Amino acid sequence: MVTIPFALQLLNLCAALLLLLSFAMLAQRRIVNLVKLLALQGAVLLAATLLLAWRTGQHHLYLSAALTLALKVVLLPWILHRLIRRLEVYWDTEPLLNISGTMLVGVLVVVFAFGLAQPISALASTATRSSIGIAVAVMLLSFVTMITRRKAMSQVVGFLSMENGLFFGAMSATYGMPMVVEFGVALDVLVAVLVLGIFFFQIREQFDSLDLHHLESLKESHSLEEDG
Amino acid sequence: MEFLLLLASPLAGALLLGVFGARRWAPELNVAVSFATFLAACALTARVVGEGNLLVAREQFFIDPFNVFLVTLTAFVGLTTSLFSRPYMRVELEHGRVSAPRLRLYHSMYQLFMTTMLIALTTNNMGLLWVAMEAATLSTVLLVTLYRTAASLEAGWKYFILCGVGIAQALFGTILVYLAAEKILGAEGVSALLWTHLNAVKEQLEPAVLSLAFVFLLVGYGTKVGLAPLHNWLPDAHAEGPTPISAVLSGLLLNVAIYAVVRCKVLVEGSLQSQLPSRMLMGFGLLSVVLAAFFLWRQRDVKRLFAYSSIEHMGIITFAFGMGGPVANFAALLHMTVHSLTKSAIFFAVGHAAQKAGSQLMENIRGLITLSPTIGWGLMMGSLAILGMPPFGVFASEFLILTTAMREQWWATPILLTALGVAFAAIFGRVQPMVFGETTARRLPHPPALLPVFAHLGIVLVLGLYIPPYLAHWYRAAARLIGGE
Repeated sequence: MVTIPFALQLLNLCAALLLLLSFAMLAQRRIVNLVKLLALQGAVLLAATLLLAWRTGQHHLYLSAALTLALKVVLLPWILHRLIRRLEVYWDTEPLLNISGTMLVGVLVVVFAFGLAQPISALASTATRSSIGIAVAVMLLSFVTMITRRKAMSQVVGFLSMENGLFFGAMSATYGMPMVVEFGVALDVLVAVLVLGIFFFQIREQFDSLDLHHLESLKESHSLEEDG
Repeated sequence: MEFLLLLASPLAGALLLGVFGARRWAPELNVAVSFATFLAACALTARVVGEGNLLVAREQFFIDPFNVFLVTLTAFVGLTTSLFSRPYMRVELEHGRVSAPRLRLYHSMYQLFMTTMLIALTTNNMGLLWVAMEAATLSTVLLVTLYRTAASLEAGWKYFILCGVGIAQALFGTILVYLAAEKILGAEGVSALLWTHLNAVKEQLEPAVLSLAFVFLLVGYGTKVGLAPLHNWLPDAHAEGPTPISAVLSGLLLNVAIYAVVRCKVLVEGSLQSQLPSRMLMGFGLLSVVLAAFFLWRQRDVKRLFAYSSIEHMGIITFAFGMGGPVANFAALLHMTVHSLTKSAIFFAVGHAAQKAGSQLMENIRGLITLSPTIGWGLMMGSLAILGMPPFGVFASEFLILTTAMREQWWATPILLTALGVAFAAIFGRVQPMVFGETTARRLPHPPALLPVFAHLGIVLVLGLYIPPYLAHWYRAAARLIGGE
């Protein structure tokens, strides 16, 4: 039997934790906890990056880890927490699909993700290629989170968690993208969250709520109803 | 040097206007910056025509006939839109729809948007392309919500989330390409993400991974192109933002997104040696054309009407690129040019018309021709041009696309013709009463800028009658670059 090196076992543990956290997000309805889960996801990503950097000796991964620490573990959760307090949105309304139903969909999504990742893992030569399936699963699960939630804030957490999944995917498949690109992506994510912050205040000012069912007037059928 | 100026002038403009954007002379500064960008683009074009392809900044940026023509087009429409926006935004200010601080945001973001589009067009790095496309979305989100109405906030949110999710797919696609490429080009440096390097080795890239990557890239950038069924954000964002933004979104951003899709297609097709990318482009293209043509009938808002028309034309262009071959590529490039010019001209005319009527609903806009013949005729000519009436340039490109389709994809011709006919009836039937008949319009405090409208339509007319040989040569070079078997 082939023994897997200890560091790699730890990495696989990180991957499993990421998947677990994605499922936890799927089930969580308190928005504050959702943000905490996101921060935790960032922390696991950080641990995985550091482990990989140490094992492979790729120095640019340390930079990437620093970026993850600054942005995903500290800055973004902090901004989101502030927004939650200022806007006083603590709970999401009942999701479109109930929790157990969402979980079942989640399981199917994971199976699909592993199928999708098969050819990619076959090509990748990294030691971590078995985690690519998990990265794709995290991405798709975040997507499910976005679809089933009503509150703008939960959708944003889903969006950021999708970004985490992408980063993990890039890391396990290729030991990270070139630094220029990672910086650019990180910058875009940061700006996106800031723009969203401004945006939330505008929505709040206009509707007195961050519930997205207010945002459903621009539909094609609507213009027809007015005709009649 | 020209290249540096091309990117530096809008960026400097964004910073300057971020400080002075609320001043009375800010619109003039905006025009001046756009003019500088346009001059730089012209100089760059002259150089590329003279010396051939350029690689700048340690191969991070490159300019070839394909993107230099889009750079010039982008800079030109950016300039004319800034001319149009000068009186338009002043009227909005006086009507109390925007405040002075929001004008600062508007001007600054306008220039930032231009910067990101120019970076996306000229970059050699697939990763930077992604970053620039995302930045282009972010810089326009706050412009779409500039009026802070309920509808505009909804449009902005939809735009942000749909394009955000879409573009995340594109990032995954980019990662996959990088994965396939680093096998051959090595992980050192960034050469595994540079188009020029990728293109050289595209036959050796792993086909299974690249075809998967192409699906993600097409869905990602296709969302920004507004391809059905990923088009939901487009009509809302066009209708609810200020009209200059509708003009640049429709005339420029969609082009840049198509550019990204085509670059990916060239790469993947070279690796796959199969028809898969072409088929996918043709399928998405046809679906968009048909869906948009029928949605045109349900519109009551004039800007939504023309937004759906943009989806239709993006579908035609995507279909043409999907067919491939020198003639179809040539026609698609020509169509990109004339659509961009015509559609922005229409939005200029529509913007002034909506201000005069005090409403964007088509039933409230009546008899433009009595109060201001130039706007009325501008809208009429623009609509005829976009509907593909000869002698305008859109006719020439659509004719080329249709004849190529008859030869190579005969089954698609009836579908295309039906959709074009449906679109014709829908748009013409609605524009006609807006232009002629009893008037409801009022006078505006600032005279509208109509030079851009007629400048654009003039160029489209000339392109329909006669394409100068150097321009034709240039289009052919670009079409060859995209690959014609």
